[in-house]
Amino acid sequence: MASVVSPSQTSTIKEPSHNPEAKTKTFHIYRWNPDEPSSKPRMQTYTLDLNKTGPMMLDALIRIKNEVDPTLTFRRSCREGICGSCAMNIDGVNTLACLCRIPTDTKQDTKIYPLPHTYVVKDIVPDLTQFYKQYKSIKPYLQHSAPAPDGKEYLQSKEERKKLDGLYECILCACCSTSCPSYWWNSEEYLGPAVLLQSYRWLADSRDEKKEERKAALDNSMSLYRCHTILNCSRTCPKGLNPGLAIAEIKKEMAF
Amino acid sequence: MRYSGLQREVLSLYRKCLRESRKKDVIARPHFKSFARTEFEKGIGLDKKDFAAIEFLLRKGQRQLEMYSSPGIKDIR
Repeated sequence: MASVVSPSQTSTIKEPSHNPEAKTKTFHIYRWNPDEPSSKPRMQTYTLDLNKTGPMMLDALIRIKNEVDPTLTFRRSCREGICGSCAMNIDGVNTLACLCRIPTDTKQDTKIYPLPHTYVVKDIVPDLTQFYKQYKSIKPYLQHSAPAPDGKEYLQSKEERKKLDGLYECILCACCSTSCPSYWWNSEEYLGPAVLLQSYRWLADSRDEKKEERKAALDNSMSLYRCHTILNCSRTCPKGLNPGLAIAEIKKEMAF
Repeated sequence: MRYSGLQREVLSLYRKCLRESRKKDVIARPHFKSFARTEFEKGIGLDKKDFAAIEFLLRKGQRQLEMYSSPGIKDIR
């Protein structure tokens, strides 16, 4: 006798359903196709057996794309938390899919959305143009007028180098910026935690000579001072950095 | 006739497209013009109250305009 539902009608990977060891978990994933602009976004449900899936959320997404639904679109690259491509909102928290374990509680469904308050390009791919523009606006490079004394490189002491720890590790995944309510409402003018952390990375660099210009660029009511120390940024950062602290350090430098 | 804000934005984007097309080579100009026109005509069937879709297409159009207006792009087919 033929099965009731043909395989094309179900989004579940075909697996022996009577397998008692199967740990099936349900994923609800935000879907939206830009090719039909008048269609509304919807949530699509997928179920996977966790025993046959890797431990991370990205493994589940890749498996869904490979085996169930090739139309599912998401960014990914390094799968080890160094590129920042797979930033998304998983169960209400902005994080990198590759650094987020799949919760083993199979009774709880997992919900995956794009980063909040971003324009969506497709499915869970956000449009980060504005974010990158802001990053460009802080001139994220060493500004130095004279050539290095030894003709090769600018040197700094170990203590000076130490100031950059906790700043240079930022991979610009935009998890913190898009978790900041202040950034949600003022993303046009407020730079947001990620870009401010980078801003401080260049302010704290002993080799940079344009410190005053950098500070002057931030000295207005919007760029920096829209930070109201909500600290969602530090809570959500998948790399464990503290943008809130960096912003506080900038404020301190500006005040004295 | 008075246009709504969104309609004015659409028209201004179309005007910008035409203006940018004039900066291209004489031979390529009609290609850019007709390309812009077909891109706009794709959305002709949209419900005029479907703001989300129109705003999305506006953003997409702006991105495309930015890309195609770069002087490196000589012709379009």
